Amino acid sequence: MRLLTHNMLACNIKGVTKGFPLGIEHTRLETKESELNADFLRHIFPKLDWKAFHEAAQSVGVNNIPDQVEPVMLDDDEFLRKFHHALLEVHLEEGALICPETGRRFPVTKGVPNMLLNEDEV
Amino acid sequence: MKLKLLESYLGSVTQFPSPKVELEQYPTGPHIASRMLYMAENSFGDITGKVVADLGCGCGTLGIAAALLDAAQVVGVDVDEDALALAQENCEELEVEMDLIQANLSELPLQGLVVDTVVMNPPFGTRRKGADMEFLAAALKVAGTAVYSLHKSSTRTHIKRAAVRDFGAKTADVMCELRYDLQASYKFHKQKEKDIAVDLWRFTTSSV
Repeated sequence: MRLLTHNMLACNIKGVTKGFPLGIEHTRLETKESELNADFLRHIFPKLDWKAFHEAAQSVGVNNIPDQVEPVMLDDDEFLRKFHHALLEVHLEEGALICPETGRRFPVTKGVPNMLLNEDEV
Repeated sequence: MKLKLLESYLGSVTQFPSPKVELEQYPTGPHIASRMLYMAENSFGDITGKVVADLGCGCGTLGIAAALLDAAQVVGVDVDEDALALAQENCEELEVEMDLIQANLSELPLQGLVVDTVVMNPPFGTRRKGADMEFLAAALKVAGTAVYSLHKSSTRTHIKRAAVRDFGAKTADVMCELRYDLQASYKFHKQKEKDIAVDLWRFTTSSV
């Protein structure tokens, strides 16, 4: 899974009010190059939770994403390249996602996070 | 991409070898899937360059169709591990990318504004009553723009009322009525083939 997907995933255990953003543990990451689509990056930019994206990028070792951003940065090719890479090219293949409130671990196997809840969590 | 080409690509998606009755794992055939996604893109521009979620993705047909039509990102959600493994194989086979998530639709872990469009072929709710409505509620919560879904034509009035009154849809329209040929997928299907009338719906959400 990519960081774009991470940006929409939350822990849904009953009673949890702050299930977002999930922490990331990784034992295997993969980088797969993909074509940069500047229009898409401009489209998605205002919809992202940037703070969560910035933290997630750091936790997968991508340290060139600024924590403060302005829409004007979307005119900068260099910024778009970094943004694209962190958002869409880094894949979490093996590891876990961690609920920020309860510490519950959701394992990620072959790139697929298992978000199924146990009976006592729903 | 031309409709015929999309349909022929989808023809190579491997369907469930042993569908699970409790999950109503009926395949979405290439004919219906290609028309559904083609209309979503060509009539409404809801696929290309968008974030598309396929809820209850099964072996991945609809999500793969979205990826073939150049969705910027496709996310497939399913409760069943075997279905997700098959979806992953199908993505590799067709050389498309899709992020897969194992989750229960009734406790869907998706939030925020990222998803533009939901495409889905939910259970018809014949084995587990209300399953279709659970999917629709989840889809309308997640989609920023539109939801495309298939429901039995016999439930048309109910679907429209629930979508608008209970689940916050701004509009709910039947795009066309299709014949869904449920080839005898399960032993309890007595006839060899069973055609049922199915509506292809387009719902829009309030942010449009």
